[in-house]
Amino acid sequence: MHTTANAPRPRGSLLNDPQVRAWAFQIIAVIAVVALGWFLFQNTQANLEKRGIISGFAFLNNSAGFGIAQHLIDYTESDSYSRVFLVGLLNTLLVSFIGIVLASILGFLLGVARLSPNWLISKLATVYIEIFRNIPPLLQILFWYFAVFLALPGPRQSLGVGEMFFLNSRGLYMPAPGPSESFGLFAVVLLATIVGIIALGRWAKKRREATGQIFPLLWTSLALIVVIPGLTVLIGGNPLVWSVPELTGFNFRGGWVMIPELMALTLALTIYTAAFIAENVRSGIMAVSHGQTEAARSLGLRPGVTLRLVIIPQALRVIIPPLTSQYLNLAKNSSLAAGIGYPDMVSLFAGTVLNQTGQAIEVIAITMSVYLAISISISLLMNWYNKRIALTER
Amino acid sequence: MQTHTFKPDLPPPRMSVGAVGWLKANLFSNWFNSLLTLFALYLIWLVVPPLLQWAIIDANWVGSTRADCTQEGACWVFIQQRFGQFMYGFYPSELRWRVDATLWLAIVGAAPLFVPQMPRKAFYGLGFLVIYPVIAWCLLHGGVFGLSVVSTSQWGGLMLTLVIASVGITGALPLGILLALGRRSNLPAIKVICVTFIEFWRGVPLITVLFMSSVMLPLFLPEGMHFDKLMRALIGVILFQSAYIAEVVRGGLQAIPKGQYEAAAAMGLGYWRMMGLVILPQALKLVIPGIVNVFIALFKDTSLVIIIGLFDLLNSIKQATTDPAWLGMATEGYAFAALVFWIFCFGMSRYSLHLERKLDTGHKR
Repeated sequence: MHTTANAPRPRGSLLNDPQVRAWAFQIIAVIAVVALGWFLFQNTQANLEKRGIISGFAFLNNSAGFGIAQHLIDYTESDSYSRVFLVGLLNTLLVSFIGIVLASILGFLLGVARLSPNWLISKLATVYIEIFRNIPPLLQILFWYFAVFLALPGPRQSLGVGEMFFLNSRGLYMPAPGPSESFGLFAVVLLATIVGIIALGRWAKKRREATGQIFPLLWTSLALIVVIPGLTVLIGGNPLVWSVPELTGFNFRGGWVMIPELMALTLALTIYTAAFIAENVRSGIMAVSHGQTEAARSLGLRPGVTLRLVIIPQALRVIIPPLTSQYLNLAKNSSLAAGIGYPDMVSLFAGTVLNQTGQAIEVIAITMSVYLAISISISLLMNWYNKRIALTER
Repeated sequence: MQTHTFKPDLPPPRMSVGAVGWLKANLFSNWFNSLLTLFALYLIWLVVPPLLQWAIIDANWVGSTRADCTQEGACWVFIQQRFGQFMYGFYPSELRWRVDATLWLAIVGAAPLFVPQMPRKAFYGLGFLVIYPVIAWCLLHGGVFGLSVVSTSQWGGLMLTLVIASVGITGALPLGILLALGRRSNLPAIKVICVTFIEFWRGVPLITVLFMSSVMLPLFLPEGMHFDKLMRALIGVILFQSAYIAEVVRGGLQAIPKGQYEAAAAMGLGYWRMMGLVILPQALKLVIPGIVNVFIALFKDTSLVIIIGLFDLLNSIKQATTDPAWLGMATEGYAFAALVFWIFCFGMSRYSLHLERKLDTGHKR
C-alpha cells in the first residue's frame, strides 16, 4: 500500500468527497439549529414586548401572598417566590423519597413473590402487576384522592388506632417525637455505638480475610445497638417526648399530619411503580443461571446463605440499571401532584406562581431545570453504585 | 423355557397425583408454604367477595337518575347515562357517526396489516399512514365536502384520548428514527445536537412539557400564527415521545452486527441507502415490541392533558363526578376509566409479547 499512499488522489467532484460532505452537513445542521433558536428568540422578544412582560428573575424577590397547605420549612404568605420555590422543591423531594423507599420494598416483595414456588402467591403477584401497571398513574392518584381519602369521615368521626393515629378526610394524624432534656446524651451514645459497630465490622472483615474465621457480626451489632442506647434510656430517662394529636373543637391539634394529597400521591406512585420494579426484580433473579445455585449448594452453603452471597449480588447487577430508570420515572411522575393540588414543584411553581406573575419562560425554565437536575443526580448516583458492584473481570 | 412376565406397574401413591398431589406440590409443600397459602387465601377473601358484592351483586344497573340507585352497591346507571359524553366529549350528538366512521375506517384499513400472508405490507402500511390521517381529519374536523365544522375544542372523551395517542405515535416515530440515526452518527456536531435533544426531553416530566407547550409556545410563534389547545398539546407530546422512540430505535441499531454496515458499504451504498435498505429494516423489526411499549406508555400519559384543560376520557369522567346531580359517583367513574384504560393497555402489552415471540427469529448470538 506504500506505493499508492503518496500517489495523487483521483480527482473526483468536491461534492462526492466524504470529508467535505461531512463538514457541509454539520455546518448546515448547526446553522439550522442556531437560526431556529434565533427565530424563536426574536419572536419571544417581540411577543414579550407586546404584552409588556419584563423578563428576568427579579420577580423571585416579590412577596407571594398565598398560603401553602404543606411546608417543610417555615413559610408565611408574605414570603418571597424564591421561598415558594424551596417549599415546592422540598415537597417534591419528600414525595419522591417516600415513594422510592416504599416502592422498592413492595416491588422486591412482589418480584420475589412472583417467582415463589407457591402457585397461589405467584398468581396473586402476577394479577397485581398486570392490573396496576396498566392503569395510568394519574388515574390512580385521582382515584385515591377523590374516591378514597376525601370520602373519609370528618375529624369528629375519625378512624382511630389506639388513640394515637387518626385517619379522616383532612389527613392522617400521628404522634410526633420531640427531643427531651436527655436527648443530647442519647444522641451522642447512639452515634458512638454506630461508629463502634462500623469499626467492629472493619476489624471482622480484616480478620476473616486473614484467618478465615467468621465473626457473628449481625447479632453482635444488633445486641450492641439495643443494649447500649437502652441502658442510656434507663439511666437518663426517655430521650423523646411524643406529641399526641388530640381532638379539640372541630380539628386535631398536635402531632404530625399527613395531608390527604400527600397520602394519595405516595400511595398511587408506590403501587404503580412497585409493579414495574417487581418485573425488574423478577427478570434480574431469573437472569442468574440455575448452575449458580447448584454450585453454591454443592459447596455446602445453606439456602439462605446461597441467596445472600451468590444469587442476590449477581441479580443486583441486572436489576440496577432498569431500577434506576424506574426511580427516575417515579421522581418525574411525582409532578402529577398538579392533578390533585399537592403543593409540589409543578403545581406551586408552574401553576400558581406562573399564573400570578405571568413570567412563563423563567418559571418553566426553572421547573424543567429542577427535574433535569434531579434526573441527572439520581442517574449519577445509581451509575456510581452500578460501577461499584459491576463485575470486575480479570 | 421359562418366560418372565413383569407385574404391571403399581399406580403412583395417591398423594402425589391428581388434584391432591398438585395441591401438595404447589401449595402445601412445607410449613412455610402452607402459611403463605393461607395468607394468600385470606387476602383473596378480604378483597374479592366485597368487590363482587359492590360491583355486581348489589349494583344498580337500570334507571335514569341518581334516585334509581337504591341498592347498596355501585351505581352503574351513572356510567350508562353519561356514556356518550365519556366516549365523544362535547362532539355534537347528531354528528357522532363521523367519529364512528373514522374508527371503523381505521379498523378496516389497518386490518390487512395484521394478516401475515399479505404481500407488499410495508408499501401498503406507508400508504395507509399517509392517506388515513387526511381522511380522519376531514371526517372529524369537517369543513370540506359539505361536512360542518366541529372545532377541536368540542372533541373529547375516549375519542380525544385515541386521537392524541395515535397522532403522538405517528408523529414521534419518524422524528425518533431520525434522532436515533443522529445519535449514532459519526458527525460530532449532529451527534451532540441529537444527544442534547434526547436527554433534555427524557429528563423532564411530560407535565412540564405540556405546561411549556401551552404557555410558552404562543410566545415562540410569530404574530398571526396560532395553534389551538389540542395542537399545542400534540406538539408537546410528539417532541416528548420522539426522545423515547429514539432510545428504543437506538437499541435496535446497536443490535445490528457491524458486518451488516460493512457489507452495505462494500456494496457501494451511501449512508441513506445503507440505512434505508439494509440497517433500518432489520433494526425496526427488532424494536417493534419496544415501540409498542412506548405506545402503551404514551397511551397512559395522554391522561395528563387534564392538566392543561383538555377533556379526554379521564377529564370527562372527572367533570361528570362533580356534577351536582351525580355527586358521590367518584368511585364508579374512576373504576370505569380504569377498566377502559386497562383493557387497551393490557391488550397492547399482550400483543407486544406475542410479537416478541414471533419476531424473535434471527439475531440470537
